[in-house]
Amino acid sequence: MAVTNWEISDLQGSKRRKARETRVRLVVFMAALASIVISVLIIGSLIFEAYNFITSVDLARLWDRGWFPRRDRFDLRTLIVATLWVTVIAMLVAAPLGMAAAIFLSEYASPGARKILKPVLEVLAGIPSVVLGFFALRFINPTLVRSWLEDANSSGNMIAAGIGVGILTIPLVASISEDALSAVPNALREASAGIGARKLTTTVSIVLPAAISGLVAAFIIATSRAIGETMVVFIAGGAADSALFAANPADQGLTMTAAMASVAAGTDEVAGSGNAFSALFFVGTILFFVTLLLNVIADRVVRRYRLEY
Amino acid sequence: MNIEQNLTSELGESLESAEEGDMRITEAAEAAGSSTMASDGVADAAAEENPTVLAMRDLSVYYGSFRAVRDVNMDVRDNEITAMIGPSGCGKSTVLRSINRMNDLIPTARVEGDLRFHGVDLYDPKVDPVEVRRRIGMVFQKPNPFPKSIYDNITYGPKIAGTPKSEFDAIVEKSLKRAALWDEVKDRLSESALGMSGGQQQRLCIARAIATSPDVLLMDEPCSALDPIATGMIEDLMQEIKTRYTIVIVTHNMQQAARVSDRTAFFTAEVDGANDRRTGLLVEYDKTEKIFSNPADQRTENYVTGRFG
Amino acid sequence: MAVAHPTDVDTARVAGISDSLRRRRDVRGSLFKAAMALSLVISLGILAVLLFIVITDGWTVLSTRLGSFLTGTLRPDAMDAGISQGLKGTFYLCLIVAFVAFPLGIAAAIYLEEYAPSNRLTSFIQLNIRNLAGVPSVVYGILGLAIFVNEFDLLDGKFGIGAITGGRTPLAGGLTLSALVLPVVIITSQEAIRAVPSALREAGFGVGATKWEVIKDHILPYASPGILTGTLLSLARAAGEAAPLLLVGTITGFLSNSPGWFDVTQVQDKFTAMPTLIATWVTQPEEEFKIDNASAAIVILILFVILLNSAAIILRNRFEAKRSG
Repeated sequence: MAVTNWEISDLQGSKRRKARETRVRLVVFMAALASIVISVLIIGSLIFEAYNFITSVDLARLWDRGWFPRRDRFDLRTLIVATLWVTVIAMLVAAPLGMAAAIFLSEYASPGARKILKPVLEVLAGIPSVVLGFFALRFINPTLVRSWLEDANSSGNMIAAGIGVGILTIPLVASISEDALSAVPNALREASAGIGARKLTTTVSIVLPAAISGLVAAFIIATSRAIGETMVVFIAGGAADSALFAANPADQGLTMTAAMASVAAGTDEVAGSGNAFSALFFVGTILFFVTLLLNVIADRVVRRYRLEY
Repeated sequence: MNIEQNLTSELGESLESAEEGDMRITEAAEAAGSSTMASDGVADAAAEENPTVLAMRDLSVYYGSFRAVRDVNMDVRDNEITAMIGPSGCGKSTVLRSINRMNDLIPTARVEGDLRFHGVDLYDPKVDPVEVRRRIGMVFQKPNPFPKSIYDNITYGPKIAGTPKSEFDAIVEKSLKRAALWDEVKDRLSESALGMSGGQQQRLCIARAIATSPDVLLMDEPCSALDPIATGMIEDLMQEIKTRYTIVIVTHNMQQAARVSDRTAFFTAEVDGANDRRTGLLVEYDKTEKIFSNPADQRTENYVTGRFG
Repeated sequence: MAVAHPTDVDTARVAGISDSLRRRRDVRGSLFKAAMALSLVISLGILAVLLFIVITDGWTVLSTRLGSFLTGTLRPDAMDAGISQGLKGTFYLCLIVAFVAFPLGIAAAIYLEEYAPSNRLTSFIQLNIRNLAGVPSVVYGILGLAIFVNEFDLLDGKFGIGAITGGRTPLAGGLTLSALVLPVVIITSQEAIRAVPSALREAGFGVGATKWEVIKDHILPYASPGILTGTLLSLARAAGEAAPLLLVGTITGFLSNSPGWFDVTQVQDKFTAMPTLIATWVTQPEEEFKIDNASAAIVILILFVILLNSAAIILRNRFEAKRSG
């Protein structure tokens, strides 16, 4: 039998298939780059127009009793205080309810109950924010807020908006916290039960500390989400497109996001003045970097807790 | 050797043999084998050895800077079963996977030295690994049929290689007959392959590998997930098909190597002085009787007599 | 005969042991469990109250003039106003998201899971996607306004594709929402692809398939339920988003009638969408708009969103059950 020597051409494969591989690789690579293009475009347009704003507006206007963009008054304090109030109130609602719901789902609920409860919580997560805005204005403000605080603004206020935003973030807190709790190895729970600890003791002094970084991450991510939430405050914050400075959460308030939306909302009828429009980009820049910072911190915290197990 | 001719003759033969019984196929193959022997015998005594299909010279495989296996020198000969044995971590699977360039799928993997298939350097930049894998089929440790019908499992390889649909029925019958599976599944070719037993699934994987008309079959511990009866069937099958294919098998099971193989390569792992990590190496490669009765190396003897590993 | 009963002692001891083993009422534990359960009940109770209120508020409209409400347009008269333009706008937005964000996101996920070398560029892309997922939706409106709408001399009119989108149009809005959901589509698709067993990949490569053939014939079919779940969830999110659309410039006032449902020129026309329409009505002074019409529109929007969400959740649960079973 002859020595079966082959040629390289026998193993070169089909040119057509190889060309297709190259094309596909290029296409999917471009798709992955699209996300970077989007980031560059966002940051680019934010900074470009925010710079235009800072250079064309009298800086004293940034600390001038109230946010009246169409009258060239851009008091940042008004927006920042409102944002803080709404975020704090939202987290006062979302953190305890969301984490407690997560503890119940992860530590107490039977598998059957979990199977039903989790999807329902996910439906709550899917409710559009305009709907919660309506709910805050129609139900939370008159029924809850104003029954306790009679002088709370009836056309909307920061407490009602904050509670609305809080409800919106409950599922987020619950979902991330539950992930963190279920990542705690069962061996820890069994070890604790094995030395005679009660369920409560095990949960509070073993499981929660073990999951702490995940819970902290849940809190930070939810805070970032609350700061960035727009429509609930736009609808239930009580302020139209301008607001006087208010330190009392029972008064009307305009958060950074709501201010951005309301500057833009009227534009199909009345084009805003040039500065009003670029104010939107200036506020957007602040908002972008604040939420980015929070997300980066949360990412770091999560990474650390992933390393532990 | 012209591959296209080879393919057509293989196909013509398959159409014929599809009509014949399994026994006939074996007989015909044996006849072909003996005629080969006869013609070789005329040349000289050394030609008693079958021609070399795979030649490895000073082959090393690296993962990044870590050398997983070194000093592999062996010739795999046509229509023989070559077994690779040795303790875990000795690099036998790594060598096997470098033969059909499956190691290319690990980004850091790299091969040094010479690995020739019918005289062609398998790591020549012009060689297409996809084509190599069609010529050198592989059967894996755990049966891994596609989640498709039995029929589609077999025809997938030919389909992507551009074989016309009209030939599929013949290919399916031929491959399943050679894998000794035809009688068991001929009435349920359209059923999912996942409904078969583990042993049947592994024979289907062999049939699937055969369907692309390969030259060599690599088997990576093909019986380690199977019970003794299924293992016996696979071993018998290997004996039957070695008349058509060259088989390289990695096995943990020394008895299996002794039972089925013509040649055996013994690998072991030694601490590499340079980086203090265990590197695999080929200790001895010879006829199976020699390796198990009268090995040249003390380490081989220790291993096959059970004093090590 | 007064013989001291030895068993007396034993009884006392046994009683002591059984007492210590007896299940005590763990008051604090029960209270804690009840508090946790109550939190969950409150969270879900809110959902029930919310649904109850919008349905009762919207009932007048839904029960008396559902037909004219669905087919009517944005008119100043609350009794005649309808949501057809909002439905159409949302329909077009979803269509654009499905055609832009889904292929782009799935392709990016394929690159990151199957092709990307582990180098700095790859980890930068990954980090960037995670961060994009956390960017507030209103900031995506900035992107839409400056780049996709590209009116009002923003960025000195230098950049952007306003000439293609036609300004404040469904195309600009759809591209904005596509950018918004893209990170979510990528991340969920990546998770689905990562869950494909490596044995399946090896089987494909083993019979001589190219990388793309392995992806298209084996990985994507296996991962498709997971990918579909992610895309449905992001579609639901896109359908419910209002903030970026306000910036892109959906019509918040009144809009005259526009051509039929399947006239493609509408993607370059003025438009409104369900969420922005609701936001507009809710902030009107008249009760008929702010309560009756708004609630009825909310019921329709929620129905659509919950439908998408439930489909996604059911799909995922089935998939998980199949994989574990």
